Parts: sequence; structure tokens; C-alpha cells
Amino acid sequence: MTTMDRKPLPKRVVNESGIDIKAVYTAEDIEASGGIDKSLPGEAPFTRGIHADMYRKRPWTMRQYTGFANAADTNERFHFLIANGQTGLNVAFDLATQCGYDSDSAEAYGEVGRVGMAVDTLRDFEIAFDGIDLEKITVSLTINGTAAIIIAMYLAMAEKRGYDVSKLRGTAQNDILKEFIGRGTWIYPVDPSVKLVADTIEYCASAAPKYSPVSVCGYHIRESGATPAEEMGFAFSIAKAYSDAALARGLDIDEFAGRLSYNFNIFGNLFEQVAKFRAGRRRWARIVLDEYGAKDPKSGWLRMIAGGGGFGLTIEQPENNIMRGAYYALAGALGGAQTMALCCYDEAYTIPTPKAQRISLRTMQLLIEEIGLTDTVDPLAGSYYVETLTNQMEDKIVEAMDWVDSQGGIIKAVSEGLIQSKVSAQAYQHQKELQSGEFHKVGVNCYVDDGEEKPQVELHGYDQAGAQEQIDSLQKIKRERANDEVARCLAALRKTAQAGGNVMPDLMAAVKAYATVGEMSGVLVDVYGRYKEPLRF
Amino acid sequence: MSERKIRILIGKPGLDGHDVGAKVLVRALVDAGFEVIYSGLRKTPEEIASAAAEEDVDVIGLSILSGSHMPLCEKLRDLLTAQGLDDRLWMVGGNIPDKDREPLAKLGFKGVFPTSSHFDDIVKFVRENA
Repeated sequence: MTTMDRKPLPKRVVNESGIDIKAVYTAEDIEASGGIDKSLPGEAPFTRGIHADMYRKRPWTMRQYTGFANAADTNERFHFLIANGQTGLNVAFDLATQCGYDSDSAEAYGEVGRVGMAVDTLRDFEIAFDGIDLEKITVSLTINGTAAIIIAMYLAMAEKRGYDVSKLRGTAQNDILKEFIGRGTWIYPVDPSVKLVADTIEYCASAAPKYSPVSVCGYHIRESGATPAEEMGFAFSIAKAYSDAALARGLDIDEFAGRLSYNFNIFGNLFEQVAKFRAGRRRWARIVLDEYGAKDPKSGWLRMIAGGGGFGLTIEQPENNIMRGAYYALAGALGGAQTMALCCYDEAYTIPTPKAQRISLRTMQLLIEEIGLTDTVDPLAGSYYVETLTNQMEDKIVEAMDWVDSQGGIIKAVSEGLIQSKVSAQAYQHQKELQSGEFHKVGVNCYVDDGEEKPQVELHGYDQAGAQEQIDSLQKIKRERANDEVARCLAALRKTAQAGGNVMPDLMAAVKAYATVGEMSGVLVDVYGRYKEPLRF
Repeated sequence: MSERKIRILIGKPGLDGHDVGAKVLVRALVDAGFEVIYSGLRKTPEEIASAAAEEDVDVIGLSILSGSHMPLCEKLRDLLTAQGLDDRLWMVGGNIPDKDREPLAKLGFKGVFPTSSHFDDIVKFVRENA
């Protein structure tokens, strides 16, 4: 491109969160936006990081999302990833498991093991984690609608293998409010769904205090059309709703706030992402420590997994996604994420190949080993631009939370579809700008190579035989287990649910008796009912 | 008298929860002047077929991103035909490989729009074929 061809710079540059970006920043901009936070990394409000030494002490955990077909195949892939240096596991479940259906149900037809591991009973967990040291490898369970059941399975499996559950670490996603906004694996209505989240928080606070029962996901809200500031603001509103529910059980904020974690998205403008993480850490610390009055500074830690973002990737010129992934990981590292996962370059059109998974891992390892991202903590601190933007992003995050409050709070905003409608309108606007070329996307609406063919969408062929194997093994378990004990456990679960009690102890007992996901979820549907989606446009 | 607006049902069959595309498309079709009904998530093929009959729609569009489009479209073909809706325009969008275009067309799904299809193309297709 010659200078003659170059388009004139647009007069206004506005980032996705709606902040006007100046051509040049100075110390005056920092002051005008609220000044610089002089606290050190590891000091509240943690703008510069939740740990004093951050990556100097330990680089971020790398936790790629994996899980497919049956437990045995998943187990094999887990061992492959660990052998390649991955330090945490992130488990994907099939849609039947996520929606509370057994593999042999009509609803599961064609879905068994398709997008993740099929789980019917505790046996599947025993197989999937065979030979994996649960003290060395932390496991994250990507499960929401049936999270209480799946957490019970994980804890029961660990207990059976002789681990001390009170020392067990790990994370469950278990963020049902965001499922109503995006992703869509809700089962029960909003109120009992939030109640179940509170059950898991309450149960883990005493039985498994090192376990993180909830990972609040801005990630999917962002994928559904929220801006980066809204991603964080809405996630905080959701986390506050869970916290309020846990406090209503009589828990102290310091008993559980330190175990809440977050899942955020990374795509788009690098500086906006970095400022989002710095601002988010500060805002969350202020919410927990000032608003909720937590005494333990650790309660105010914004612990997060940051994922390099599916929405940013394109099926057009897919190799570009390798570069995108590298920049997203760079943003995560500059922003101080403790755990990172990167979408693979082929993820826009297929379930990632082992090669693509390895490239994602190596991308992060390169940043650690070659590029110097772990040498010093919060390297962008003091930058006129980044500090100003951090202050402005915090204001925007607060604005998003205020909007939720103005709609009557997060529970009402979700129940009535107000947030869903807002983010989907934004997604539509974004899509129009993408299609008109107003919003630039390399290889999609600019620098398009007409001669290049798009890669073919490749779907894992549905493994009918594997699905049948899963169904056969489920039916075998159903024949061989002590069915009177299962019936007794399910009756106890029903009684507790009807009385409004914490269902976790009953779920633990039912899981150990090899009750199925469908049986347990079925009881809860009987008692709580099913959610009806508000279709608001 | 104004001409009756083209009526479209956008359906999400199966357990797949990815609804960003379906919702965005609903808005685009409404902006283009069509009357649009959205089924919401996780509907069975039976529910979608009876909604199509009850609402007497001219166009039935399915959004499927889980990879289950072939079995779901086969089922819908049978159900829609049984409802006497085989004279309506059937479309499908989502994670759909090129190699499935022809089998889908054979089932009667005349419009196939994989992810990253443009609104303009979909709107034009509906105007020309509904």
C-alpha cells in the first residue's frame, strides 16, 4: 500500500466499550481520569496483580478445553495433554450431560459424546480420571445446568480414590445465570437455579474449602454480544447475586469469596483487554472488600481463567487465527491472568486436532520461554495510555452494573430477558458492521484473498458405535447397582428439594449409589419445574 | 390492500445452545420486512413442525451448530411433509460442511447458509423463493 492509497484516519477512534481513544496520552490524562493506583502487586485493590511476584514465581496455568466421546477416549487425551506439559485439565461434557439427560434417553439421540464426554454415572468419572494425580493436576469442569450433580461426582470419585476432599483443589463452571444470557444449557427456572449454586457454595465451604465451586463467566456474555466492559460488569452483577444467596444462608463473605473465580474472554483491541483486566481486578476488590466488608484481602482476589476467544477467530484464512491466538495470549499475560486457554486455529470449523492443540500450548510456552512475559510483574503499569484506560474501563464496568440495577437487578434482568435482548441487539449491530466492512476483520472484509478457498468445515463423524457402547455400559450399571439404595437416595433428594434444603449431601449419596445424571436431574425438574425462555426482541 | 407479509419460523432443534446466530438473523429478517417467529432453544423436531403448521408460515429456517443437522433435517423433512408443509420454503444454517449441501437439498432444504453467510444473501433468497 502506498501513502496515496492509504485511507485518511477516521476522526474518532472509539474502542468497543465506548471509550474515545486519543492520539496521544500524557500524565495529565491519568490525573484527569482519577489518578494512578500506587499499590504494589499483591496489595489491595490488586490493580497490578493479585500476587506480589506473579509470573516470576509461577507462570500462568495452561488449561486447554478437552473432552470428547466416552470417558476412556477422554482419559487418553488427558494423558496426551499432560505429557505435553499442560498443567491443568478443562473438561468438556456432551450436551445430554449438560442438559440433564441420560445417554439412553430420547433427548440424547445423536448427541452422546458429540461435543464432549458423556457422563451418566460415577463410573464415567472413575474411568476418565484414571491414572491422573488430582493433587498435581487441577481439574476444571465445564458444567452448569447439572453442576451440582457433576461436582458431587467429582468429589465422590476423589474420595473413593483416597484423596482428602477437604484439601482438594479444582473448579466447576457452575455459573447458571450466564447460561440464560448465552450458551443456553439451563434446565430449571432462574430462582431454583440460583438456589442450586448457593447449595454448592455452602456445601463446599465446609466439606471442600479449597475447591472453587463457581467460575463466573463473562466469556459467554461477551460472545453473545456484550462489550468488554459489560462482560466484566455483568459478570460482577452475577457474582454478587451468588454471593447474596450464600450470605443469606448465614455464610460469612470470607468463607467463600476467596474461592469464587472468573472466566473472561480475550479478543479484539489488546490495550482494551489489558485495561479491562487491570480495572476489573480493582473493581472486584472494591466490591468484596469495601461493599461486602470482607476482612481477608484474598477474598477480594479476582482469580481468573482468560480464554483467547472463539468469537475473534475466523474460518476465512484460518492460519491467521494462530497469530490472533498469540496476540490474545499476549493480552492475557500483560493483563495478569492466572490461567489461560487459547482457542485453536481450526476451532472455527472443527473440533481441534492434536496438532492445533499443541500449537496453542506452544504459543503460550513461547511467551514464557522466549519473549520475556514472565520477567517482571505488570509491565505496562505507568503507561499514560494504559493507566488512563484502566480508570476509564473501571467507570464503564460500574456503568454496566448500574444499568443492571436500573433494570431491577440481575435476577429480574435475566428472568425477563432484558440482558439477552440488549446483548443480542449489539451482536446484530456488530454483525451488520462486519458485513458492511465498517468493522475491520482481516481476511473477512479486508485483505481478502479471492483466489483462496475457505477450509472445509469438518465435523467429527458421530460415533454411533461409541454412543451405543456408552448406552450399553449405562444399562449394565443400572442392572448391577443396588437399585433399592438408588431409589432410597432419590426419594431423600426429592424430600430435601421439596423442603427447600441444601441438596448436596443427598446428591453425594445418590452419586455414590451410581444414580444417573438423568435420574437426579429428573427429580429436581419434578420439584423445581423447567425454565421457559422469554423471547424478547 | 397491502400484500401479506412473508412469514418465517426460525427454529432451534436439538440440545445445541448456540443462539447468537439465530437471534441475529431474526433481527435481520424483521428489518428486511418479514414477519418472524423464533422458536427459542432446545425444541424437538415435533414442536417445530407443529409450530410451523399452526403459524402457517411460508418459510421454515433451522439453525443448527452442533453438527447434528443431517439427522435433524431428515426428521423435520418427514414431520413437515406429514403436516402438508412440503410446499413451503425450507432453509437451514449453522456449522454445515459443503459436502452436506447436496444431501440437504435432496431432503428438500433448498436454502443452505453456513456460518458467516451474509444477511443480504439470505434476505434475497427468501424474497426470490418464498
